[in-house]
Amino acid sequence: MVTVIINGKKYQAEEGRKLLQVALDNGIEIPHLCYHENLSSYGGCRLCLVELAGRKKSSLVTSCTLPVSEGLEVKTDTPQVKKARRLVMEMILPQAPDSLRIRVLARELGVSAVSFPSEGDGCIRCGLCVRACEELVGAGAISFASRGSARTVEPPFAEEPESCIGCGTCVVICPTDCIKMEERDDERKIIRWKRTLKMKSCVRCGRPFLPLAMVDVITRRSTSPPPGERLELCPDCR
Amino acid sequence: MPVERGDSPFVGKLKSAADLEKLKLTILSERDPGKPCITVCMGTGCHAYENEKVFAALEKEIESRGLSKKVELRGTGCHGFCEQGPIVVVFPEEIFYCRVKPEDAAEILSSTISENKVIERLLFKDPLTGRKFTHESEIPFYRYQKRVVFGRNKSIDPKNIDDYIAEGGYQTLAKALVSLTPEEVIREIKRANLRGRGGGGFPAGEKWETTRRAPGEKKYVIVNADEGDPGAYMDRSLLEGNPHLVLEGLILGAYAIGADEGFVYVRQEYPLAVENITLAVKKAEEYGLLGENILGTDFCFKVKIRRGAGAFVSGESSALMSSLEGKVGEPRPKHINTAISGLWGKPSNLNNVETWANVPLIIDRGWEWYSGIGTENNTGTKIFSLVGKVNNTGLIEVPLGTSLRTIIYQIGGGIPGGKKFKAVQTGGPSGGCIPEKFLDMPVDFDSLGELGSMMGSGGMIVMDENSCMVDVARYFMSFLKSESCGKCTSCREGTGLMYDILDRITAGRGSKEDLERLEELAWTTGNTSMCALGKTAANPVLSTLKYFRQEYLAHILDKKCPAGVCKALIRYTIDPEKCTACGRCIRLCPQQAIRGEKDKPAVIDSDRCVRCGICLEACRFEAVLVE
Repeated sequence: MVTVIINGKKYQAEEGRKLLQVALDNGIEIPHLCYHENLSSYGGCRLCLVELAGRKKSSLVTSCTLPVSEGLEVKTDTPQVKKARRLVMEMILPQAPDSLRIRVLARELGVSAVSFPSEGDGCIRCGLCVRACEELVGAGAISFASRGSARTVEPPFAEEPESCIGCGTCVVICPTDCIKMEERDDERKIIRWKRTLKMKSCVRCGRPFLPLAMVDVITRRSTSPPPGERLELCPDCR
Repeated sequence: MPVERGDSPFVGKLKSAADLEKLKLTILSERDPGKPCITVCMGTGCHAYENEKVFAALEKEIESRGLSKKVELRGTGCHGFCEQGPIVVVFPEEIFYCRVKPEDAAEILSSTISENKVIERLLFKDPLTGRKFTHESEIPFYRYQKRVVFGRNKSIDPKNIDDYIAEGGYQTLAKALVSLTPEEVIREIKRANLRGRGGGGFPAGEKWETTRRAPGEKKYVIVNADEGDPGAYMDRSLLEGNPHLVLEGLILGAYAIGADEGFVYVRQEYPLAVENITLAVKKAEEYGLLGENILGTDFCFKVKIRRGAGAFVSGESSALMSSLEGKVGEPRPKHINTAISGLWGKPSNLNNVETWANVPLIIDRGWEWYSGIGTENNTGTKIFSLVGKVNNTGLIEVPLGTSLRTIIYQIGGGIPGGKKFKAVQTGGPSGGCIPEKFLDMPVDFDSLGELGSMMGSGGMIVMDENSCMVDVARYFMSFLKSESCGKCTSCREGTGLMYDILDRITAGRGSKEDLERLEELAWTTGNTSMCALGKTAANPVLSTLKYFRQEYLAHILDKKCPAGVCKALIRYTIDPEKCTACGRCIRLCPQQAIRGEKDKPAVIDSDRCVRCGICLEACRFEAVLVE
């Protein structure tokens, strides 16, 4: 355990834990979009910037990538930090002008309107979907492609990803809600990746409820105890 | 093109310093210093002027005259005076011929070689005084330089390790392996205060020490040859022209740090550099200077060459390491010190090509000699690429602390065409533009920062009254926008947004608010980006706004480009008083935008005109005006 100082107060934390997580653990709010406790740190959105104390030139670093060490001292609420958050948010908003969550966060950080021409389709390139698919699901069906402002999240060669199992984790984890999923008859579609999957039907009520690709993966990975009923019955019938 | 010479006296690996010394003496004994040797610069600058044709022509002349055993022909590394290429230097007198054509080969053989006569028309002629110079060292371009690193390029064939050994190459390595401990090598580098030549200026000795002391057995050393600044080609020419110098520095570093494996990361776009360093590594291995038990000691070190894949950002040290690991070249947060956790999580010491090239010099001549060059906190020399609107373009090497004025006027020979100096852009896309009033500032790691620029990796682009500073800012922003890796919001969006504003301003669609917006975006990108690309992206904009604000205002308020560059804001017209109705411009205009009747002055249709400038160049009566 080490002692860190946040805004003048001391806190105890496990050495190596990310500063952002330590702050959140202790009820200190630091806005963030690309960080998730169960995924590797990325440091891309730049909202979680904090000021490192004791530097000649005040240095802003991302708290989601900063591992805590003994005596680390940061400030999360200086005028410089607030200015940085507001201006970064001004850059994020035009990428996802229709997202309610982004608009609310923008307002909180002092950004009331979209100040730059907006051609954004909702993706803010936070990479949560990429990391979730790779690290949590283990499918790795999507990743970043191209460089700079042309950077997008895509399946390989922008073709339908065979390795996508249709679990919907990316849909749920996306902060701007720009990955949509729909179901019709016995098909599930992850629209953004142009992925169509056939679903298995419940043995009792006949309703399609689980992509066959997921049945496959779960069967292979769950050996003990075996998945049993969960692959036969829909959630309602269980 | 020259290939490996089959007449090396070498057989088997060198097993000791004494072996190396013996080999050197053997090589020297088989060479006659009085024997005429014609050297042809085989650097990329001269390659653009077809140096291989000059080489082939000389080869043919030597053969046809039956002089193959009496006259040596050697392709060497870059001489730096690229404006005057192809460069041919005849030894032993060191007669310096420039702008040599294949047709000159016969005369070089008949006059200079056979009759010891100097060919006047091939000598360098000073454009300002008209004076001619016979020897390289006399030419003003060279006289004011201190070519302790780059100067060794001129007599070495980069493809022949024996040339390097004959000049004392690898002796420093031999001495260090036998009589210095790794810590002593590090101490020497620290005391010499060698600072990173890639642009960061971080003390190399300190980085070496951190890497050495980092926990873990496995360590790496890396050569950053991903030189990406537009206009910079110093590292290219060093690696092409004297790869063994860089290699010797790297091996010394590996010894000092305790690394057993090294990488040279060369950008894909430098095929000759890749070829020459790959050959150098192979030769060094054959000679026992790389691999197991180097020179018979316990020290083992191997080097692999890796090529980049076309991304400027991969020159950033943490992005370079990601790329070496086979991942996309994306920088990592800087609070993770790569000297402790770098390549594959192991301590890794990365340095620039030029930094490594300085190492043998320091270990050989000592820290006191080295720190006697330059100034107190900026020791040694720096190689610059001096390009743009300057008479003597090329690669130069001067002590750190030399003033801009000396570089641009005494070495560079001033501005061509009698035009007026406007600014010098230093430090590439991370640097800024410096106006005339600061020409006496010393060029080093620290001074230019106060002006809003930086020395960077050594690119120096000179600009005159016909360079538009807004267009310059737009150019660099366009470069950074396309090279940004795209990971962090600040840089990815910031460079794009700043570019859009600059583009609109140069197209005559800017507003006063744009300047405030630009400054705000510059703050955000500069303070919140993850890596140096983003952090310094706004420098060209900020420095031009600081020193040339009136030019921005002219574009925004008057919709004019004072330098006559921004196409949307300039018009080409014909002065009816000067036009003689010769019809030349009418014939040459690719857009058929110029009309003319017999004996009447020609008229340009501004709507069809694309501002290509062909009429301006073609007119013999200076009747074409740009306003």
